[in-house]
Amino acid sequence: MKETKIFEKPKSMVDVTTHYCPGCTHGVAHRLVAEIIDELGIQEKTVAVAPVGCAVFLYNYINVDAYEAAHGRAPAVASACKRLLPDSIVFSYQGDGDLASIGMAEIVHAANRGEHITVVFLNNAIYGMTGGQMAPTTLVGQKATTCPLGRDPKLAGYPIRMCEMLSTLQAPAYIARVSVAKPKYTLKAKEALRKAFQTQIDGKGFSFVEILSTCPTNWGLRPVDATNWLEEHMMPEFPLGEFKTPA
Amino acid sequence: MGKRFLMKGNEALAEAAIHAGCKYFFGYPITPQNEIPEYMSKKLPEIGGVYLQAESEVAAINMIFGAAGTGKRVMTSSSSPGVSLMSEGISYIAGAELPCVLMNIMRGGPGLGGILPSQSDYFQATRGGGHGDYRLLVLAPSTVQEAVDLTMLAFNLAEKYRSPVMILADGFMGQMMEAVEFKETHMDGLPDPAEWAVGYMKQRGSRALVKSLYLDPEELETHNWKLQAKYAEMTKNEKRHETYLADDAEILIAAYGTVARIARTSINELRAEGIKVGLFRPISLFPFPYEPLEALPKSVKQILTVEMSCGQMIEDVRLGVGKDMPVSMYGRVGGMTPSVEEIKDQVRKALGR
Repeated sequence: MKETKIFEKPKSMVDVTTHYCPGCTHGVAHRLVAEIIDELGIQEKTVAVAPVGCAVFLYNYINVDAYEAAHGRAPAVASACKRLLPDSIVFSYQGDGDLASIGMAEIVHAANRGEHITVVFLNNAIYGMTGGQMAPTTLVGQKATTCPLGRDPKLAGYPIRMCEMLSTLQAPAYIARVSVAKPKYTLKAKEALRKAFQTQIDGKGFSFVEILSTCPTNWGLRPVDATNWLEEHMMPEFPLGEFKTPA
Repeated sequence: MGKRFLMKGNEALAEAAIHAGCKYFFGYPITPQNEIPEYMSKKLPEIGGVYLQAESEVAAINMIFGAAGTGKRVMTSSSSPGVSLMSEGISYIAGAELPCVLMNIMRGGPGLGGILPSQSDYFQATRGGGHGDYRLLVLAPSTVQEAVDLTMLAFNLAEKYRSPVMILADGFMGQMMEAVEFKETHMDGLPDPAEWAVGYMKQRGSRALVKSLYLDPEELETHNWKLQAKYAEMTKNEKRHETYLADDAEILIAAYGTVARIARTSINELRAEGIKVGLFRPISLFPFPYEPLEALPKSVKQILTVEMSCGQMIEDVRLGVGKDMPVSMYGRVGGMTPSVEEIKDQVRKALGR
């Protein structure tokens, strides 16, 4: 019987096992980014900026020029790199602690300057690498190691909705929220990432894709339950969709 | 002699950077160094460069991290509180071995302090400032011409050692006007950025990684020793100092930057009175030129350190001269400056006259 290969590792992805926990969706998001890089044929001119957090080793899995930024500063690093190398395709990949907490100033100002970079924002509503502390995107009532009784809005405010916030700015060209919790969402996530990178290639300005993601380990859920929890609890708080598209 | 220009120190620093081939500036406004970013915002777009006003010093230094990672000549400038904010990023830049030039036009501290000249960031500049075992190569000009020359040298040294280099000046240096000349400062044998910087993947056939994380302790230790070997090379090659009327001096004034030029006037006037006083002026603060202090002329019986701080460089002076040589200290702080008369009085007092 003749075998036909219908599925293979993206060329820009390194052939190693990731360090991510079972059921974590970082791996899916990495793969989507790598597939888009391959499909757009931009591997040799792409520059990744890794965050501090679980995805700090992004560069071990995606084979492109890369920086490892200080916590939250990836948009500043990416902005400068893109300004000096305007023909490069520069993207940052950041988690919710990195982007929406310590790096809030950098993301807002990079977006507001309309930097020609792409930001991939993984929102799993918790600090992963440090072991499950409350994040700026932690849901009201959601338990974390630093809010053991659940997030109390009287003490800790409400989850920050980054897409909605950045959409109030004039400069950003593309802003979307997607998920990779289940295949039906993953296909749409890939299309959003394609649009985001295409926005940069076309010189249309700042692009931002928020990916709702699971963290079964720190949520204390089995992987399958985590995907269901994301659908039931995160999606109502963080509605999927495109918030801005290039003119 | 080439063409000379009458320029304000801050503007001369900026123009020197442009002459050295720096086309990229990232910074955040703070007094008393604002003429540097203002000058850059006008000039750099005219030569196809980038001026970008960051949202904070924190962002600015991380933009420098991003820009320096491309291997191009980049710089930022700030003043004391701003440099404190940048210190984390400077540590990352040192860890990732990126070349760049940083300028600190010092003002009085601690905290918000004041906006007038000071030298109270000596420890911060020479001992690191941020976390981890790293050093900056620190150059301290005492005239606007020297600020120009050292700035142009700084870009070469930054590339030579793939290391951040700091120009440590004070508010006087930034604000005073003097005639300056921009001399050619080509340096041979500098490393090719295509070997390590981002943006050359196609040419190099492999990607570049700009990073400072080594979770394996053995690897991190190896990385640290590699950095230390580089600092040892700097220490061997890059010490710079000047002495003035030191050969027959009974007492030597140790001072750097603006204070050294005030001390020169005091020395000239004291010499006219017959008092044998001289000057030791370190130009590189790291590496510190200890050797001249280890081998002082026999005539020298004591050292008077004068600083616009409560006593910071004096620690390096003591390390140099050892415990047998008396070292005293005169400092004015908070934006106050030691006057020619005050320094003369201190010398007379030290000599018991």
